[in-house]
Amino acid sequence: MVADRKIRVLVAKPGLDGHDVGAKVVARSLKEAGFDVTYTGLRKSPEEIVRRARELDVDVIGLSLLSGSHLPFCRRFKELREKQDLGDVLWLVGGVIPDKDHEVLKDLGVDGIFPTGTPLESVADFIRANVS
Amino acid sequence: MSRESNSDIKPVVNESGIEIKPVYTPEDVAASGGSGRIGMPGEFPFTRGIHRYMYRKQPWTMRQYAGFGTPEETNARFRYLIDNGQTGLNVAFDLPTQVGLDSDDPMSEGEVGRVGMAVDTLKDFEIAFDGIDLDKITVSLTINGAAPALIAMYFAMAEKRGYDVARLRGTAQNDILKEFIGRGTWVFPVEPSINLVGDTILYCAENAPLYSPVSVCGYHIRESGANPVEEMAYAFCIAKAYIDHVLARGMAIDDFASRLSFNFDIFGNLFEQVAKFRAARRLWATILKEKYHAADPRSMWMRMIAGGGGAGLTVEQPENNIVRGAYYALVSALSGTQTMALCCYDEAYTIPSEAAARISLRTMQILMEEIGLCDTVDPLAGSYYVETLTNQMEERIRAVMAEVDAQGGIVKAISEGRIQDAVSRQALERVKKLERGETRRVGMNCYRAEEDEQRPVEFHPFKEEVAVEQIARLDRIRAERDHGAVQRALDRVRADADKGRNVMPAVVEAVKHYASVGELTKCLVDIYGRYEEPICL
Repeated sequence: MVADRKIRVLVAKPGLDGHDVGAKVVARSLKEAGFDVTYTGLRKSPEEIVRRARELDVDVIGLSLLSGSHLPFCRRFKELREKQDLGDVLWLVGGVIPDKDHEVLKDLGVDGIFPTGTPLESVADFIRANVS
Repeated sequence: MSRESNSDIKPVVNESGIEIKPVYTPEDVAASGGSGRIGMPGEFPFTRGIHRYMYRKQPWTMRQYAGFGTPEETNARFRYLIDNGQTGLNVAFDLPTQVGLDSDDPMSEGEVGRVGMAVDTLKDFEIAFDGIDLDKITVSLTINGAAPALIAMYFAMAEKRGYDVARLRGTAQNDILKEFIGRGTWVFPVEPSINLVGDTILYCAENAPLYSPVSVCGYHIRESGANPVEEMAYAFCIAKAYIDHVLARGMAIDDFASRLSFNFDIFGNLFEQVAKFRAARRLWATILKEKYHAADPRSMWMRMIAGGGGAGLTVEQPENNIVRGAYYALVSALSGTQTMALCCYDEAYTIPSEAAARISLRTMQILMEEIGLCDTVDPLAGSYYVETLTNQMEERIRAVMAEVDAQGGIVKAISEGRIQDAVSRQALERVKKLERGETRRVGMNCYRAEEDEQRPVEFHPFKEEVAVEQIARLDRIRAERDHGAVQRALDRVRADADKGRNVMPAVVEAVKHYASVGELTKCLVDIYGRYEEPICL
């Protein structure tokens, strides 16, 4: 719990990928687990995601990417995140993320990677353990 | 003789909510509605298949989903698949193309040529289909939001190659209503989107009467969380919405209904899927006959593509997906599909590699050639279980359709996000059942192995330079084309959209002058606006 409020999570669908089943499943399960969850909907630019994150003053940003474009997107997102002073916000990435890209994402500053097949509970547990 | 106790038999309920008995008898068939509506293949109500001799005369078309990178690379993959015995093409487009953006749009960054072929102008179609005999190989375009432009490009390309569009066969997916529920490549708001589907249906009925302008997809609705009964019910409600729209524009049912087709999902219980298709086939025929008063039997046919079942595949132990693909293909054949496309074993990770695509093709060929599947039509007919389940599935599909109608119809439900909300709730339940082990998935929640973590699959590689090449080509075309003609054609598209006229003739004219997908989409957005997604959580 952050101070006296629920942990705020923004689940976002960046880029053009229309596969939103996973993002919505994770968003719903986090809501059931007691988090304050906002889902952006499809096709959001990094600028829009950062803007929503600031507006909502979130503790966690979760990006769901299944098209394979996670590296180019996360590179753009990293710059904006730093510029907008969102470095303290926990940054999670989920979806189709091959093992070979995990290190690259971590070097960009991604805090947690949850590929397809990750148990839902482990996402919630990770957030609780890492949002102070 | 003592009767065996059934107290230690666990109850089984299929995904559609029907309780499954351990043994079925003629009494079960009778209690579920009898066998009076089974009929003969090729005859109303087509429970057993839309053709009298089915695969004996015409085996299913093999149409693996393919396309990536540049049109040149896609052309090479097409030729490879055809050389290996594939009988149709199923074209995958990249995401910018699917949502109506050009390769040089800032939103396209990182996506050009990634999940399918990049298309900006007619030039790309000319390259992609070069050397492919469009009379022998029918082409299916997996395109929805940008369908008018891409259908127009296909016709323009065929005409340029000397084919008579009036005799051209092929299919466009062009089912925008399901894109709002799952898959997500919408562009325009719901109403104008339906209008565009209507434009393509009317245009094809007049100019390309053998072309199938719409393939209504239960597939993606089920992938998004719907059960098999809802998959069929929602797809039929959507198909009815298109039919009602076209009828309201003055066309007679038999002038277009026979060109509508369907795309359905296969994973899970074999018998439930077979019964689902048999039930749906006869329900669709009945709706067309009784509600729409179709007279041509072909208007009543539920023609379909089936075979894929992405939600059944696993990232764990991916080779197991080869086995799943084979079973799904078997189910499709037992269900009387017209066309088959399997998910490749690596599709839980990426678009298919060449090797994976060939295994899927060989899977269908093995089924067709080696095990006697084509010898007899609807071989499961007459099974007490299958006939009972067929009756029960039909009743449930009707009930869900009635529920949708009672709540104001599918268009309203989708516009308000109610269907999206319902299927996404169910998607969460589906995941929870997998996590609890209530739905068993080999390699995922049972029979796991240590080496799973190593994932030794060779993935399809992605080349960043595709975007550079594609943008260079687009720049070249923009510099060389007849600017005045392009501008006039685009102005006409905008004017026709604004005046509520069919935009297709103007779109066809525009693509012939090498107007781009992005330019055409922008013209229509100027008039129609963009879809605002209702967020339901």
